[in-house]
Amino acid sequence: MSDTFLFAIFPYLAIAIFLVGSIYRYNSNPYKFSSLSAEFLEGRQLYWGTMPFHIGISFLFLGHLIAFLFPNTLIAWNSQPVRLIILELSAFVFGLSCLIGVFMLFKRRLMTKRIRVVSNYMDYIVLGLLLIQIISGLWVAFFDRWGSSWFAAVLTPYLRSLFVFKPTIDAVQTLPLSIKLHIISAISIIAIIPFTRLVHFLVPPINYIWRDYQQVIWNKKG
Amino acid sequence: MNIRSQISMVFHLDKCIGCHTCSIACKNIWTDRKGAEYMWWNNVETKPGTGYPYKWEDQNEYKGGWEKNHQDIALRGAGKFKGLKNIFFNPYLPTIDDYYEPWTYKYKDLFDAPEGNDQPTARPVSLITGENMEVKYGPNWDDDLSGTPEYARNDVNFKDLSPADQETLFQLEKMTLFYLPRICNHCLNPCCVASCPSGAIYKRGEDGIVLINQEKCRAWRMCVTACPYKKSFYNWNTGKSEKCVLCYPRLESGQAPACMHSCVGRIRYLGVLLYDADRIHEVASCDESSLVQRQLELILDPNDPVIAKAALECGIHDSVIKSAQKSPIYKFVKDWGLALPLHPEFRTIPMLFYVPPLLPAMAKIGEEGMYESTTKELFQTIEQARMPLKYLANLFTCGDTEKVKNVLLKLMAVRIHRRSVTVGDIKADVLHQALSESGVTSDIAESIYKLTSIVTFDDRFVIPPMHREEAMELLEETDIAKGNAGFGFKIKPARGL
Ligand code: SF4
Ligand code: SF4
Repeated sequence: MSDTFLFAIFPYLAIAIFLVGSIYRYNSNPYKFSSLSAEFLEGRQLYWGTMPFHIGISFLFLGHLIAFLFPNTLIAWNSQPVRLIILELSAFVFGLSCLIGVFMLFKRRLMTKRIRVVSNYMDYIVLGLLLIQIISGLWVAFFDRWGSSWFAAVLTPYLRSLFVFKPTIDAVQTLPLSIKLHIISAISIIAIIPFTRLVHFLVPPINYIWRDYQQVIWNKKG
Repeated sequence: MNIRSQISMVFHLDKCIGCHTCSIACKNIWTDRKGAEYMWWNNVETKPGTGYPYKWEDQNEYKGGWEKNHQDIALRGAGKFKGLKNIFFNPYLPTIDDYYEPWTYKYKDLFDAPEGNDQPTARPVSLITGENMEVKYGPNWDDDLSGTPEYARNDVNFKDLSPADQETLFQLEKMTLFYLPRICNHCLNPCCVASCPSGAIYKRGEDGIVLINQEKCRAWRMCVTACPYKKSFYNWNTGKSEKCVLCYPRLESGQAPACMHSCVGRIRYLGVLLYDADRIHEVASCDESSLVQRQLELILDPNDPVIAKAALECGIHDSVIKSAQKSPIYKFVKDWGLALPLHPEFRTIPMLFYVPPLLPAMAKIGEEGMYESTTKELFQTIEQARMPLKYLANLFTCGDTEKVKNVLLKLMAVRIHRRSVTVGDIKADVLHQALSESGVTSDIAESIYKLTSIVTFDDRFVIPPMHREEAMELLEETDIAKGNAGFGFKIKPARGL
């Protein structure tokens, strides 16, 4: 496939599928919005999968977001080698944590009979893509140093160009295969969100923080 | 004052025969589905016993309910901080093995087995995995005290009973038991509602029924932990939590809930209570010693013209107030002080009430191996009851034996009164003493007798018309709603990918 398709068209396609799909699913059948937790059927293995995975992925997501939003701050932070090492190292640790998590989740899903019966082919696809995503990420972090610096310099401009609808792929085209793979699998994950249980992260229970504990609903008041 | 109304139930435990008809009626209507097989929205447990799920009353284990936190209360195992912190993994979530693994039998094998020397058998298979399984535990595994050493002896309510007291319960000749039917208590201060991060659970303003919005539930499963009665269940197939709906579709069309309608012992009563919603929090956070008293004070007298007027001003429909004035629940709970809440120390302010059982507590076997029925003997032995009053008190009054004793004295007085009416062998002073000690007049004793023993269905089931038809018309076309039952889905509920 041409780079133009992969890096200039596919992202838009993915975002469109993600938006239309999620909104359609939420509106047509909100019953299907669920994290589909299977902790009730199996808890012990889940702990060693879900905790490292969720903690790792949350921090990595935040890290990528910061690199995208404040590239200059990041480059400034990285100007001192100690700080750069600290950042890269902690990111790598979160990556490893994710990897262990996904590995445990995959194993649990394949090996536990009770979990297999509540598994769908989409669950396996999600786990497979996540595995590719995390391994390619770790690979990039290890062999193509230092990611946090060149992300801000190369990828942020590319991502921004996508956002202003003027995709500039010159810089991305020259990147090593591992990074390309990382980008493509990320975009693929975005595309399949509406068809998976990943929709649960679109509905985080934020308003629990400020809402009243008790809720009373009236048919009609007054 | 902020007056609200609540549909409430009374269980007269002396009348429960432990037939489980209620559980079956409920299951057939509501939980006969994949993922819900293990759920018993209505279950009947033997007491003493460990119940369903196993040892559900042990909050050190399950972390359900509220606990006192200085002047305030906090959820023991959920809440804003703990709930969000544990959202990826809830360490206090019971797993299906705490309930039981649901199973069926390979009945087909009975017909299809090839001819041979052995009798064909129908092996049990798991309803989750479909594989052969060994049945090791199930609901009512300890029915009628079976497996006493493992189950009844581990009853959490023995916590502060002396070993001697416990022993009296387990001597073969003296063993006793009673049944405890349980459904969701449709609490005033529900933990399930408070613990739900998505805000999917709510209490209905008009009738106090606590429901889970199936479209908003996201399987964060905090309610399962938080409900101290373990009456919020997780459907492992659909990824949604479910609970007793008090048969609201039936109530809305004027029918009694299935458990009540089918009750063989006719132990259940259903009616309206009015209460002051402004004081819920204050009552839920008061000292344990006054919890029961304060909860009962929340319930207002619908026959008081001031209350009735205030209720009207709070938007309560006239028909609801009228029905509250005839409520059998109000009589049992307030007028007569016979019915008590189950485990008030969980601080959810449960709104179903229980008349504690007199017979298992008192009945004694006499010389000839017959039940001792001379009233004098029965009445005087209330302190040396066969079932330690402390045990009943741990269930219904936060351990206050006086309160339980008062109720038992009243129930006894009613019996003595009726014996004097029908048999006439009671001496006047004995009757007088029984009545005055329990604070029951013979008129009241007669009313209690009537509502207990010769009551008709219409006197047990007193609810107002729900007037939900008006709201329904505003919201959607009535013909669509009419075609629906249950959760009112218009689309077949299907598991999300
Ligand atoms: S009994 Fe449990 S599920 Fe029912 S209202 Fe109370 S806290 Fe909620
Ligand atoms: S149907 Fe009635 S008598 Fe039978 S177990 Fe249920 S509550 Fe008790």
